[in-house]
Amino acid sequence: MTRLSWLAALAGMACASLASAQTSTTDEIAKYRAALQDGNPAELWEARGEALWKAKRGPKQVTFEGCDVGKGPGVVKGAYAELPRYFADADRVMDLETRLVWCMVRLQGYSEADAKKNPFGNGSDKRSDLEALTAYVTSESRGVKMNVALGHPKEVEAYRVGEKLFYYRGGTHDFACATCHGEDGKRIRLQDLPNLMKTEGAQKAYTTWPAYRVSQGELRTFEWRLYDCFRQQRFPELVYDSDAAIALTTYLAHNANGGVYDGPGIKR
Amino acid sequence: MDRGRRKALKSGGGLTLATLLAAAGWLPPGRAQAEGWNKSAFEAHSLGESVKALGGSDPVQSKDIEFFQTPEIAENGAVVPVGVTSRIPKTESIAILIEKNPNMLAAVFDIPPGTEPALSTRVKMAQTSNVYALVKADGRYYVAAKEIKVTLGGCGG
Amino acid sequence: MAIGEPMKIRAALAGDQTEVKVLMNHEMETGQRKDAQGQTIPAWFIQSVMATWNGKAVLSAQWGTAIAKNPFLSFKFKGGAKGDKILIHWVDSRGDQRTDEAVIA
Repeated sequence: MTRLSWLAALAGMACASLASAQTSTTDEIAKYRAALQDGNPAELWEARGEALWKAKRGPKQVTFEGCDVGKGPGVVKGAYAELPRYFADADRVMDLETRLVWCMVRLQGYSEADAKKNPFGNGSDKRSDLEALTAYVTSESRGVKMNVALGHPKEVEAYRVGEKLFYYRGGTHDFACATCHGEDGKRIRLQDLPNLMKTEGAQKAYTTWPAYRVSQGELRTFEWRLYDCFRQQRFPELVYDSDAAIALTTYLAHNANGGVYDGPGIKR
Repeated sequence: MDRGRRKALKSGGGLTLATLLAAAGWLPPGRAQAEGWNKSAFEAHSLGESVKALGGSDPVQSKDIEFFQTPEIAENGAVVPVGVTSRIPKTESIAILIEKNPNMLAAVFDIPPGTEPALSTRVKMAQTSNVYALVKADGRYYVAAKEIKVTLGGCGG
Repeated sequence: MAIGEPMKIRAALAGDQTEVKVLMNHEMETGQRKDAQGQTIPAWFIQSVMATWNGKAVLSAQWGTAIAKNPFLSFKFKGGAKGDKILIHWVDSRGDQRTDEAVIA
């Protein structure tokens, strides 16, 4: 072999082994994620949520079975795949968590403050009923294709506001959602960041929340995910059930249309 | 326990739950810790100490102990899946130890005859470390090791 | 006194064996974490587990603090028929215990 071809062969080998080292890290992490799927602690939240849905609660001692989350009172099957949506009785576009609070207040007689008191749980002493209820209702959409309609003017408005928020740069680091989630091939340490601008990325990301977050030891909802992104972007706190949270959710959920809902999931 | 269930258990095979629990040394609620819990084994800091506390010595390296569904890299040390299977005849128990954890021993499983010497669970790992699967078979001890890397995560997922 | 929340137990026939998968509800506190005020959160973890099939012990275990929170366990034993009873029992470091059962599907 000529000298040049020796060098080329060596370079080729080095490149190959570097590439395979990088691929194998991704493969190994994929194996870790796959191994976690078998036995998802989210099921414990789903079971608790189902019990809460069917229990008489609050000052009015009423169950959630009269609660309309979009497909009629008490209908949970397939409901999450169509949320957020406009609700005439509230004259507002609502995501699931906002709607659950609405039902707690209107049907069960809780004050709004009490209903929203503990959205994100922490350990067995500070369990969140909203997380459990969310786990249950979302589990009833497993296997259903995302189908968030933009039929009502307020739904269109929520989508547009959400889109604006997605690109809005702010906070001390001048981050926008798009900074991390607007391009292919981005990652933070070993986590690949989904490109939410593309259908495939949007579907994969949205259809796996809520999820049991291993690093939290808790089941976390989509509102939590947005709240935590805002925190990491050094933005002001994203208020639970706010128009901003609902608008961003509408934007991302609609972009995931066509994707098969597969939650609650399990994640790092 | 309600009478119906107690009856069902009695007719199920001659052993009531209460008898089983008593035989295993379980305590009624209110006591400080489970009786028979091997405190010295769970507080040992080395493989040798742990094996000794479990009543054995000098584990022999064995290729007949395998890890399954055990990833090489854990995205988060809080939950690391570990599966162990033993092909050594007369396997009586399988223990999982994590070298760099504050206390090495994570779990000991007793395998009665008829139960497959293969099980999987999830452990916590403080950092990248060797994970040992320790098998007791026919009174002797065997061991296999696998390194699992623990990464510091990014912010998302 | 059974405390806490129910386990999720799945028992299914796989050839001539029964495969059991359990998800338990438990904090499995190591005793090394500190709370927001800087106080150490005391250790609190499942120490002993027993599984029975129609009253016969099919697995027993001793656990330490290194078993992950909301523990998962999967194992197989020879035998079993649809409708047979599987019982899982645990005792933790506070002396609390819990028993849950399921039938083989």
